[in-house]
Formats: sequence, structure tokens, C-alpha cells
Amino acid sequence: MQLNSRHLLGLEGVTCEEITLFLDTAASFKKVLERPIPKVPTLRGKTVVNLFFEPSTRTRISFELAEKRLSADSVNFTSAGSSVKKGETFKDTARNIEAMKIDTVVVRHGSAGAPHYLSRCVDASIINAGDGAHEHPTQALLDMMTIRERLKSLEGLKVVIVGDIEHSRVARSNIHGLKTMGAAVGVCGPSTLLPREIEKMGVTVYPHIEDAMAEADVLNVLRIQLERQERGLFPSAREYRMLFGITRARVEAAGRPVTILHPGPINRGVEIDSDVADSEASVILEQVTNGVAVRMAVLYLLAGGRTIAEGEDHA
Amino acid sequence: MKIKSEIMDAAAIKRTLLRLTHEILEKNRGAENLIVVGIRTRGDVLAYRIIQHIAEIEKKEVTLGVLDITLYRDDFERLYEMPEVRDSDIPFDITGRHVILVDDVLFTGRTVRAALDALMDLGRPARIQLAVLIDRGHRELPVKADYVGKNVPTALEEQIRVELEEIDGADRVCVVQR
Repeated sequence: MQLNSRHLLGLEGVTCEEITLFLDTAASFKKVLERPIPKVPTLRGKTVVNLFFEPSTRTRISFELAEKRLSADSVNFTSAGSSVKKGETFKDTARNIEAMKIDTVVVRHGSAGAPHYLSRCVDASIINAGDGAHEHPTQALLDMMTIRERLKSLEGLKVVIVGDIEHSRVARSNIHGLKTMGAAVGVCGPSTLLPREIEKMGVTVYPHIEDAMAEADVLNVLRIQLERQERGLFPSAREYRMLFGITRARVEAAGRPVTILHPGPINRGVEIDSDVADSEASVILEQVTNGVAVRMAVLYLLAGGRTIAEGEDHA
Repeated sequence: MKIKSEIMDAAAIKRTLLRLTHEILEKNRGAENLIVVGIRTRGDVLAYRIIQHIAEIEKKEVTLGVLDITLYRDDFERLYEMPEVRDSDIPFDITGRHVILVDDVLFTGRTVRAALDALMDLGRPARIQLAVLIDRGHRELPVKADYVGKNVPTALEEQIRVELEEIDGADRVCVVQR
């Protein structure tokens, strides 16, 4: 089984077989992480650049840890205090990376399509760590890995994504990935935060959280960016919690077992209440652990050799 | 690929594994503190059979481990696609134990090098010994087996194909021409 691309730019167009390969490989890497020495020499000699044009703590740390666990050399480039602030263009930054003979670039950028552009100007493998409101494929992969661990399979499940779908790359990657894997996907949130014609992505729209929870096996609860309130997209955090917050009362009223994910960081008492976030139904910390394993799998599978083997066996 | 000659049949493999088991028990003075670790794939099957022989001879249960060495290979640059990563299954502490490492064919020695590194990352065994069904020569690293089923001088362009019932449906060892 081979991947169709040497980049991971998004989950749109990635096949069921490829996603399964990522998830199976990640499951093996998770075993490595549980060992007394959670490190393997696999990517020794490979160089990875973490190119973050947007602030990020957990995704960057998760990638960094994955790179170290695989023995790759990694360097971080964050836009704060960098050449970008001195007026360097994205393309020039890319060219500089190229000149440094980098094997893999992990890129986060505020503009949708930035990783795609980069993949056309440099020879390295590109991994999208979030581009604008477009895609965040490794987050969706770790979400799927976590769901699969808890519920055995993704096929036939009903997964509802709750919150700010409009501005969420996590939502888009999840929709593409989950649908490919045979899950039914729904979205729920204030109509100001749902993209128009989102149904065309093949998802069910739930205006009321109670209706969504009556049918969902899995809830993926997105972070509500409180900044959006200032732009008038929702009146107040308190009202958001009243209408869409995942509360114990709502979980109990739904009357069915549910698995709850959240990409973090959590606004406790806004999109989800503490007693739900810390309950048995929540797999939020499992997602963080799986994040490292998934990123190891992606780095490993994309680091493949570029020359054809001479057909010798490895005995 | 065409089969040049069959060098072992099912009965020969069985006798050889039984002899290897006796040699292992003789050298280690019984099965005390012993664990048997097979390298995927086929080394694990052979390791399992050796454990069964130990149970018959010594009436002792010896623990089986399965080692996947994919992440420790040294030839990623030369491969067209990344090999499948499977789990190692060694759910016990190997520190202080006597490990019998089992593989089907000893060739360049690179798999054994990878396996030793993989084992060292799991703990600090008191001793590691190597048992192989076939030693075909052409070592690229200074590796020597403690227990050898059969020495088979080969040409480089030949391959040794070990087939085992659990994986391939029947037991036999062939020399194959590429």
C-alpha cells in the first residue's frame, strides 16, 4: 500500500485505504510511545522544519514531539520575531527553506492554500498543520483514530460537529475524512456560524443541539472563539451555552451513550461544561496522546524513499 | 523467480527445530529465566514452535515475544515506499532475562543488528543468543548465530524462501533463483 501523494495538504480526496493506513500506522506508533524508551531511530538524518505563521502551542508541540520520537532533526520557525516581520515574502521564505535541504515542512498559515502553494515551490514533503479556515488534516486523523479506538469502527457512526463551523478547518477536514470512512456527519451551531450551503458537503444540519444529540454517537465540540462575539456573530458566551453548550443535563436527556471530542483549548462553561469534559464520555486527553502518534505516522509515511529499491531482500 | 531446489521438507524442519531446542536448553542449562523472541514474519512462528518443544521437554512455560524491526531498518533511503509498521508484542520486562532471538534466515546480518537495537530499547537483557533456521552466508556485519539449523552456501543472486504452515500453508525451505 502506497500513498498517492508525498504531501498531506488536506483530507479532501484522500482515499479510505490511505486514511486506514495512516490510522493503522498511528496505532503501531502509539505502542512505541508506551514503551520505557519511547523513541525509534527511523528518521535519523531527516530534517523537518515547523513553519508556523500563526500562533499555535499544542499542534506545534505535538509535531515537535513526534519528530523527536522518530529521531528526525527539527527546527522551528515562527513568524513572531522572524524574517517575515522584516518583510520577507512567503515565497522567499520557501526558497530559503529549499536552500537548506529540508526533507519535510510542517506548515501552518492563516491563508487557505498556503501549504499547496508551498508544495509547488519546494521539493520537500509538505504537511498542512492548518491553513486558514480550509483544512487541518492531522487533527481530523487524530479525531478519527480516537473515535475508532473507542467505538471500533467509523463506518455507520453518526458524528455531529458542534460550534463555529464557518471558521473551522477542523470541521472541514473532519467532514471529508469521516464521510470517506463511511460515517454520517452532522453539523450544529448558530446559523451565523454555519457556512451557507454546507449541506452540499453532504452533511445534515441540526439547528437545535437537542435534535443532534438524540441521534449522535459522537460529538466533536469545537472551541468558540470569544473574539467572534465582538463581530456580532453571537450575542454572548452565556447565551451560546444556553443554546448549544454541552451540559450534563443535555447528555442525560439524550439518553444514549455518546463519545465527546474537543480539539482544545477548552472554554469550560461555554461550549462544554466541566463535568462533561471530565466525564467518562470525554476522550479529550486521549486525543492529545493520539495526536503525537498520528503525526509520527504521517511523518513516517511521507518520508518514504524516492528511489526504486533494487529488489534485494532485507534478511 | 523460479525454484531451484527444495532443501528442507516438513519433517526436516521439525527435526531441526527439535535439535535447536535441545541445543538451547543444553547451553542454558534448562529453561530458567529464558524468553524466546521471534522476528516478524516467520521468526515469530519458529519461536512459537521452539516454545512448544521446550514445554514438551522441560514441562515449563516459556514466554514468547514478537519483534517488529521495521522502525530500526537502515535502508529507508533505498526503498520506494515505506514498509508497513506493525507492533512488537513483548508485553513483559526483558531486563535481566536470557533472550533467544529467532529468525528464519541469517543473511547480511542487518536484520539482526536492527533487532538488537530494538531489544535494547525495551530493556537490558542479561544475555541475547541468536537462533536461525538457515544461515546462507554473505554477512555485511560481524554477526554470528549461536544456533544454526542448516548452513546453506548460496550465490548472491539466489534467495532462500522459508515457507511455514501457519503463513504459507505448508512447511518447506527452497533455494530460489531471481
